Amino acid sequence: MWPTSILMGSYSSVFLRFGSSFYLIGLLLTGWSILHGQNAPAPPQEESVTLRGGTIHTGNGEVIKNAHLKFEHGKITYLGTARQEADRIIDVNGYHIYPGLIAPHTDLGLVEISAVRATRDFQEVGEYNPHVRAIIAYNTDSRILPTVRSNGILLAGISPQGQIITGQSSVVQLDAWNWEDALVKDTSGIHLNWPRVYTYDSKSRRLSKDKEYEKNVKNIERFFESASAYGHRIDHGKTNLRFEALSGALKNQVPVFIRADHRKAMLDAVDWSKRLGIPIVLVGAEDSWMIAETLAKENIPVILSSTQRLPRTSDAGITSPFEAPAILEKAGVLWAISHEGSWEQRNLPFQAGQAVGFGLEEEKAIQAMTLNPARILGIDDRYGTLETGKSATLVISDGNILDPKSSIILQAFIDGREIDLNNHQKELYRKFAEKYGIEK
Amino acid sequence: MTFHPIALLIMLLVPLCSISQEVFPVNGAPDYREHYYFLDGATIHLNPDETIENGSMIIRDGNILAVGQNLDRPEGAIFKDVRGKHIYPSFIDLSTTYGIPEARLAGPRPDKQVFTSGKKGAFAWNESIIPEYEASSEFDHDEKSAGEFRQMGFGTVLSHRKNGIIRGSGVLTTLLGHSPHKSILNARASSHLAFSRAQSHQSTPTSQTGIIALIRQFYLDTEWYQLLGHQEMTNLSLASWRRLRDLPQIFEVTDKLEVLRAARIAQEFNKLYIIRGAGDEYQRADEIAKTRLPLIVPVNFPSPYDVEDPLDADIVTLEQMKHWEWAPKNLAVLAEHDIPFAITSDLLEDKKLFLKHVRKAIGYGLPEDEALRALTIRPAEWLGESARLGQLKEGYLANFLITDKPVFDKNAILLENWIQGQPHVIQDPPSSLALQTFQLSIEGMRYQMSVDTKGEKLTLVAPDSSRIQGTLQEELDRVLFWIPFSAGAKTLIGHRMKNGDIQGWYEDENGNTSTFKAVFEVIDSTHRTSQRDTFRIESELTYPFSAYGRTSLPAQKTYVIQNATVWTNTDSGIRPNTDVLIRDGKIERVGNVTPPQNAEIIDGTGMHLTPGIIDEHSHIAISKGVNEASLSSSAMVRMSDVINSEDINIYRQLAGGVTTSHILHGSANSIGGQSALIKLRWGASPAELMFEDADPFIKFALGENVKQSNWGEANTVRFPQTRMGVEQVYEDHFTRALEYGERKASGLPFRKDLEMEALLEVLNGERFITCHSYVQSEINMLMHLADRYDFQINTFTHILEGYKVADKMKAHGVAASTFSDWWAYKYEVIDAIPYNATLMHDVGVLTALNSDDAEMGRRLNAEAGKTVKYGGLTEEEALKLVTLNPAIMLHIDDRVGRIEKGMDGDVVLWNDHPLSIFASAQKTFIDGRLYFDRAGNEKKETQIAEERRRLIQAMIRAKKGGTPTQKANHTVEPQYHCDTLDF
Repeated sequence: MWPTSILMGSYSSVFLRFGSSFYLIGLLLTGWSILHGQNAPAPPQEESVTLRGGTIHTGNGEVIKNAHLKFEHGKITYLGTARQEADRIIDVNGYHIYPGLIAPHTDLGLVEISAVRATRDFQEVGEYNPHVRAIIAYNTDSRILPTVRSNGILLAGISPQGQIITGQSSVVQLDAWNWEDALVKDTSGIHLNWPRVYTYDSKSRRLSKDKEYEKNVKNIERFFESASAYGHRIDHGKTNLRFEALSGALKNQVPVFIRADHRKAMLDAVDWSKRLGIPIVLVGAEDSWMIAETLAKENIPVILSSTQRLPRTSDAGITSPFEAPAILEKAGVLWAISHEGSWEQRNLPFQAGQAVGFGLEEEKAIQAMTLNPARILGIDDRYGTLETGKSATLVISDGNILDPKSSIILQAFIDGREIDLNNHQKELYRKFAEKYGIEK
Repeated sequence: MTFHPIALLIMLLVPLCSISQEVFPVNGAPDYREHYYFLDGATIHLNPDETIENGSMIIRDGNILAVGQNLDRPEGAIFKDVRGKHIYPSFIDLSTTYGIPEARLAGPRPDKQVFTSGKKGAFAWNESIIPEYEASSEFDHDEKSAGEFRQMGFGTVLSHRKNGIIRGSGVLTTLLGHSPHKSILNARASSHLAFSRAQSHQSTPTSQTGIIALIRQFYLDTEWYQLLGHQEMTNLSLASWRRLRDLPQIFEVTDKLEVLRAARIAQEFNKLYIIRGAGDEYQRADEIAKTRLPLIVPVNFPSPYDVEDPLDADIVTLEQMKHWEWAPKNLAVLAEHDIPFAITSDLLEDKKLFLKHVRKAIGYGLPEDEALRALTIRPAEWLGESARLGQLKEGYLANFLITDKPVFDKNAILLENWIQGQPHVIQDPPSSLALQTFQLSIEGMRYQMSVDTKGEKLTLVAPDSSRIQGTLQEELDRVLFWIPFSAGAKTLIGHRMKNGDIQGWYEDENGNTSTFKAVFEVIDSTHRTSQRDTFRIESELTYPFSAYGRTSLPAQKTYVIQNATVWTNTDSGIRPNTDVLIRDGKIERVGNVTPPQNAEIIDGTGMHLTPGIIDEHSHIAISKGVNEASLSSSAMVRMSDVINSEDINIYRQLAGGVTTSHILHGSANSIGGQSALIKLRWGASPAELMFEDADPFIKFALGENVKQSNWGEANTVRFPQTRMGVEQVYEDHFTRALEYGERKASGLPFRKDLEMEALLEVLNGERFITCHSYVQSEINMLMHLADRYDFQINTFTHILEGYKVADKMKAHGVAASTFSDWWAYKYEVIDAIPYNATLMHDVGVLTALNSDDAEMGRRLNAEAGKTVKYGGLTEEEALKLVTLNPAIMLHIDDRVGRIEKGMDGDVVLWNDHPLSIFASAQKTFIDGRLYFDRAGNEKKETQIAEERRRLIQAMIRAKKGGTPTQKANHTVEPQYHCDTLDF
């Protein structure tokens, strides 16, 4: 099969697979040279490139068949059905082209091996840490990154974790020499864990109403009020870094990402946002489907947690997490799909795919990983859709990217740079396949 | 001077027998009382079957001298008029801690794991095994607590210390409230057991399965100790079992499934347990009835949840709400099943509700005589105390209740509770004038005077029908009436006469004294008839009792699935447009099928039919701990002991097409526990879930978990802490198992050791290993070790570096069951690759994909689809990773894993390509029964929503009606993984 062929460097079988495709050889040679380069970030695009003959999923719900997509200097210069010449022509007939997928909320690059403390850099000490910046710990040399990238996830919202205000997130592209180069958007949000409505007592294994809930909500409000008052003072006496860090949020320039799952918590968070006049994004939002109409009405965006999770209680519909996206979509909520963890991000497309069997249109599933997160993260002026003028950040897949069995990623570009899809795991695969003399 | 020894003995005994009190010195003149009473005129309930009207009872020295009708009033007895009253034997509670101090944890929590007992002396190795403990040694009366029990109606309680697994003896005492010397009826009345750890710092046990293993080994050890062991060593715990073994064995459990677990132990060791249940037995009453074990049942009916705020109702489950509705019905259900039970006040938080709850149970259909039996003669009988407790008969202890009405009447008042012939007033009777009517003659006028229920208000009706409302109050024998006559209010001071009339005087407005008379007319009998509530339940009893439970198992029908794409996993491959006939639980024909009569026809057009998915590595359906995480070997524990048939994940995974799951112990130790293989027969009991006649397996584990690499500083002392040590754990255990086998084969007596038995089975090729493994060095090691001991490792599970030694694995003949793509969560998975399954498969290792995760378990089909992406496995081979291959690994491929004639009717009908993430199982069959049906599931979801709405409204009504509520809450069921250490 095709991907193996790339891996094995078996030119002849690739040739067979592609029949008369002349351009393929060029593609493979490029790929091959990169394979030996230890995942070096690709240089800026110099040659113009045209993808010819593929099915383009634009990211905003549209599909263009037999399309021609041309990009130069990192930007898309043509998308349509007219033939386009370029320095490099890639025949993508039979393949699917998608905007680079976006993992909107993850600790990718902040943790290498979660069980090894030295590699955990996603959670700072303290309750209110708006000044803490995730980007600083983002490790472009993480061995996890190439495995995620090679499944078509090219952008990520790198988010801190912690107690109450956990810090600031940034948006990165996943092929860079250092965090500075990786930055797509510096402060994309302030992250807040909404207080627990219900507390779990591990001894009795019982979840019950948290007596402190109201107080905890008010404490957060007080923190924001104090920060706001601080911001309005000219004479500061002493500088408060935490308050300073909230200024963007208080000026409505940066949304507050609120992690909440129970519908009571979410409804209270929505009220809070209105009361304080601060734009918010709900993160996790497991029960958001129960209040979809309200969220749509109030224009609250949602970064929905994994669909591949268990329903919260034994009563809940057994497929309710699979059905949530279709409900949000139908109600008109601006929502993006997310997935827990770091290495797990490579399964992001399957979180969206999981909802397709349960009422979600395929293109809406794509949109939930492209245009929608780009809008929520505030990068939709450059990323999220395939259209003229936007970044040539895209993925070429052999088949449907939403379904594991066909989600076979052939090539990917970030800002027009063809990135290396090799990774440590593929190398190990090659090494041992060779040892055993396995050829496909 | 010499005495004949017998004479001496007689001299010593005589004073002891006749005036035993004198063993105590008395300060001042002794105030001896015989408590000699004559009670006359009551309805005496001798026992649930015999009642005498207008009966009398003679009490002396704590015992009943006589009871019957027309007894002569004895000289010297205190007379007590109990006309109109009811007398019952006082109740007996078999599950209390009355007068026993709580066990406390000794010293601060140690900062490292503790493997040995902290108890000094030659006792059991485990601090939760405490047969030497005698409750009587610490027992003292406790007036406050005694008063509480007497208020509920109890006269006698069996008391023990709730600490540990084998808990020692209980003490039987009355609630005299003083003088333990008199109140103790039997200092060693019972033996107590429970599935619960003692207050102890010792690490073992960490799981219910570990507890069960401890009990089983304890029984074996006591036998061995008696036979031979006592010659080899002294073990005071084992020795003391002799004192307990013939006593009633009371086993405390915390839910209905634990009843069945205790019963399984009882059956194995031929014990008769009396099981102290938890009040939810109705949820598995059929199975419990089959155990034929008697129960002690609480009346701990939950209060309604405060769900007025619909947002809070989100966290209360249907199961909890239904239990609120059903709990009062529990006793009636048990009675219907002919399960013998006693009633206890144990677990009831507000003890004042005890009688109310028993009455409520009667309102739900518990026969009254059963209730009384359960509170009196049955507990007496179980303790071998039928000759002096539980009834009112000559020679019995004078433990009885006096009530104003039949005791189970709604408003009956418990007036007195007599313990060993001594009266304790529980509640004052309401006014003797209540509800009575009189003809009042005053100043030449006659009025009809009637008194209200409380004896506080009166109504006068004059001959002209005009009414006057007055009040009355009583003090000693005086009755004061205050009546606002039209001419002016008067206060009448009267005295009640023997015939019931009231005579007295009053001062008129001039200060002159006049007399009045009120002639007793009649007692208002309408309020005397028994008052009972009756209740009705609207929700259905389902199995399990939670949401998605079913009222009965699905029927085994003849099914024809027509025109589907059938993935046979045989030489005929994937067959389009094919019919499959399933009859009597088996696949009968694959091909063109002419539907037999009565067959149910399912149109499979456009759909795919595959064998049921088999999850080789699962931790669903386990109660109370997946890991016995204490010692490096827990080969004696069995997951089959703790199967949780009520786990919703069974149903969820059926919906993902899973039909068989291999339930494994966790990976906390090198030698884990014995596995259980189940079919996901949702609704069936734990025993019915078991895959019939499956080969036994055991879990082993290697790597970071067994060397405790990621579990903090407390876990740094157990051997092994390195992979070097892991090998030696096996070397050690298999060496010992060989020696054990030799001893066993020699014919000499030996101590049966459950741990060694399991390992010996491995050596003998009768038990098979599934070994949790990650890196190549340890994988290689275990295969070498197995070669040395001449057995074969059956399966490496996880086996994320299997691809590095796939050739060696093939040579050893071991199978591999791995994850599709997990990695990076700990150091040992740093080289895990998603191509692992494909590589191993391509080398020729029998390979499967498993879940190890309740969530992933429901989409293993799409996980298999990933091997098409990673490494390019063919679709047919990919599906086998989750169907045929695990079946072969588990030695059940003669039953499941293929669609062909003769195989079990375990198949799944998918609405799309079965490897696709877009596919969902529409119907899942096991044994030719339709266990999951997508359309049926949608109906169920609607029903659940409706049922929730109804119950929420009922709870809100209860709250508004004044019933105390509890905060919204729910108990979170743990989701187990290999490395879950929680109990």
